[in-house]
Amino acid sequence: MRDEALFQLLLRLGDNALILGHRVSEWCGHGPYLEEDIALANTALDLVGQAQLWLGLAGEVEGKGRSADNLAYLRDASGFRNLLLVERPNGHFGQTLMRQFLFDAWSLPMLTALGASTDTRVGDIARKAAVETSYHLERSTDLCLRLADGTQKSHDMMQEALDDLWPYTGEMFLGDGVDTVLADDGLAPDPTDLRGAWQKTVQQLADVGTLTLPDGQFAHKGGKTGRHSEHLGYILSDMQFLQRAYPGATW
Amino acid sequence: MVSPETTRPSTDQIRAWLDIVPDPEIPVISLVDLGVIRDVQWVGDTCEITVSPTYSGCPATAVINFEIEAALRRNGVESITLKRQLSPPWTTNWLSDKGRANLEAYGIAPPQAAGGPKHCPQCKSTNLAKVSQFGSTPCKALWRCGDCLEPFDYFKCI
Repeated sequence: MRDEALFQLLLRLGDNALILGHRVSEWCGHGPYLEEDIALANTALDLVGQAQLWLGLAGEVEGKGRSADNLAYLRDASGFRNLLLVERPNGHFGQTLMRQFLFDAWSLPMLTALGASTDTRVGDIARKAAVETSYHLERSTDLCLRLADGTQKSHDMMQEALDDLWPYTGEMFLGDGVDTVLADDGLAPDPTDLRGAWQKTVQQLADVGTLTLPDGQFAHKGGKTGRHSEHLGYILSDMQFLQRAYPGATW
Repeated sequence: MVSPETTRPSTDQIRAWLDIVPDPEIPVISLVDLGVIRDVQWVGDTCEITVSPTYSGCPATAVINFEIEAALRRNGVESITLKRQLSPPWTTNWLSDKGRANLEAYGIAPPQAAGGPKHCPQCKSTNLAKVSQFGSTPCKALWRCGDCLEPFDYFKCI
């Protein structure tokens, strides 16, 4: 039961990084200006790198000989365990940044807690990823602030982005049976324990950036157990095309 | 009879070989300067090199591993294993002083604990502004000098 829960945890972590990384990589060549185009591509690269580490360990824990590539390219949508938030469409630049900020603000305390996991392999990857994620959070905070506290138009667009994405944030803090096993074994934190740190970071952005946090409590959920929005299918048809059409292709 | 201990190169010798292998993306510093070579040891007749990746997604990681193997083979070491070590995570504190000096001479400001470049690598001015948190590779950020107006890369401090 411990290994099955650990496998699920690793898929959740790996799929969050993979799907968000793929989403952000869709900006490559389309950034609003060159420096941001490069920054988006580099953020995507960090995330895909982290996905490779998490999914590599997932395959090892599962013990059926599946590699990180197998898991990334040969599972169907129902096999993915990422949060619905990370599969939201990019929208405009401000929406992409707001999604990144809301994720980073959760991911950093999550990775920091995972650094103390009773499984040292999980701890090693988490500490490595935390360094990169704190840099991502610095950037997404800075840019969200500049846009939120910018012109009336940019402010309104950021407020709208926050309102749109808000119902997808609650899933980060909802625990299930897998999370209970993980928390009991000291493998991962209880998801509800991360809300305080996240709320503080988000409130800070709202205060300084003159945004209003929505008060809605409704949370879309299902991603962690494989029930996804229609968007994931489109992502996979793009991301997995090559391996599906030409199985085993390498370069 | 000659024992393997006397015929195989010393670990110091192997480090010296790796110290002339350039980083694939920043060729003015070596792999040893970069701080990614964490350990060199002999396990029986196999040379075991422990390598820490810089950024998890850095595309140079595969090339670095390839270059290490190639450098050892060039010098006659046939049996090689590469061990990936994630913990403790690689940090820019592991850059050598020689590497930092070479970066600056090349026009890349070396990392500083304060979080930004000390001065412009071209004209040494301290009138600087950050242009973007990311630069031409995952390990760099983009800055501009307010005096000579040259943009320059800053090796991010992590």
